[in-house]
Amino acid sequence: MESGRIVITGIGLTAPNGNSPAEFRENLLAGRPRIGTLDMRYIGPVPAGICDFDALRYQTRKELRVGTRAGSIGVYCAREALADSGIDWARRDTSRVGVYLGITEHGNVETENEVYNISLYDYDTRFWSHHHNPRTVANNPAGEVTMNLKITGPHYTIGAACAAGNAGIIQGLQMLRLDEVDLAFVGGVSESIHTFGIFAGFKSQGALAHHDDPNKASRPFDLDRNGIVVSEGGCIYTLERVEDAVARGAHIYAEASGYHINSDAKDAVLPNFERQAECMSAAIKRAGLRPHDIHIINTHATATPQGDIQECLAIRKIFRDCGETYINNAKSFIGHSMGAAGALELAGNIPSFEDYLVHPTINLDKLDDQCYLPRLVINQPVRADRVDAILNNSFGMLGINSALVIKRFTG
Amino acid sequence: MTKDACKQIVIDIIAEIAPDEDLSDVKPDVPLRDQLELDSMDFLDIVMELRKKYGIEVPEEEYLQLASLESSAEYLTPKFNAVNA
Repeated sequence: MESGRIVITGIGLTAPNGNSPAEFRENLLAGRPRIGTLDMRYIGPVPAGICDFDALRYQTRKELRVGTRAGSIGVYCAREALADSGIDWARRDTSRVGVYLGITEHGNVETENEVYNISLYDYDTRFWSHHHNPRTVANNPAGEVTMNLKITGPHYTIGAACAAGNAGIIQGLQMLRLDEVDLAFVGGVSESIHTFGIFAGFKSQGALAHHDDPNKASRPFDLDRNGIVVSEGGCIYTLERVEDAVARGAHIYAEASGYHINSDAKDAVLPNFERQAECMSAAIKRAGLRPHDIHIINTHATATPQGDIQECLAIRKIFRDCGETYINNAKSFIGHSMGAAGALELAGNIPSFEDYLVHPTINLDKLDDQCYLPRLVINQPVRADRVDAILNNSFGMLGINSALVIKRFTG
Repeated sequence: MTKDACKQIVIDIIAEIAPDEDLSDVKPDVPLRDQLELDSMDFLDIVMELRKKYGIEVPEEEYLQLASLESSAEYLTPKFNAVNA
């Protein structure tokens, strides 16, 4: 009889400040952000988190030309996760492998590029690329991973706005419990910095960050925060049933034990702390824990005035009496990596199970009183006495909330 | 335009759309797909580049004319000369 316990056995990622879990973690602990400036079509210079992973490590130049940036990020992260997992790939039945990747959006980049391209030909649609449809179908990033790794099991993306990184992990966890697959590549990817529309949309909404120093533009909880830094990135985990992972002698990073997704059912863009609190509570309960058992909370906070306050209200409601719960934020280093955010930010905290260090949130010079949280880790890492469980928050537009609880693996 | 010049144009286009291929020894009479990793989408790329760069249209029923370098040159050279006339 299988236990239904699901564990993380491999991690692959690319973030603006790191192309491996170790490099990412090192920069989070050292307080090193990496936000650049992009000269966006129609808009001009904007701060953005830009990844510099070696795309040619796992793909040919032709594959890069034909595919998408999100697909390439997915391939890089999946291959890195696979290498990290130690799985004997040549002997794997790939019909029992699934790929479930969260995306905030997909296809905007490619469509904008085509519209721009035909504008150079007086909008003559004979110049519209035949690559447009395979590039823009919503399963593209996950499909590119299956083609690269010759995976014949199921693949699809999960559209869940900025909650998508968690949603991808949750989907894979569920598919393993349903015995649909024996191994799941899960997480999220984002190519959003290559679409002007997302920048223009946030700007029109009054939610696009600006600062003379791009590295200081993403400043959650700070009184001078002025919006989101859009970033690209990706993070993919290999998930397995605990029995399978133990049997092959895998290194087990942690156990994915509790989760919840719910909806505000209220507003397209404004967050709702009550539903967020319910989401966190339900995830903790499903993990068989209570709030004081959570030792690190990765906040979703994106540095918008309203969003940060609402999440802090939700956290204060659930964790007001929890004396060992540290709280941090990775967007202050890397901006908002959209569909990748939940998965990527979790990877920044997983090493805490081994080193007990909690990375800070940075760029916090003047704390907004409405964002006060006890044990918010500000600008410098702290050493925790205990790290047995991490709560990973990711919320998104249309009122989607996700919370994931990861526990120390104890055998 | 000579046929050799036309062949070079086709080779240059293939170099863009299949940048990993070694094009130093493409045999003119052998079908391109028998000696290079090219699929149907790549041939559509060749058609698109001819349209974009040179204003040359290749109707769908004539795609087979692009099967080899030699047949491409045979078919495209008069088109290039017509465009340049």
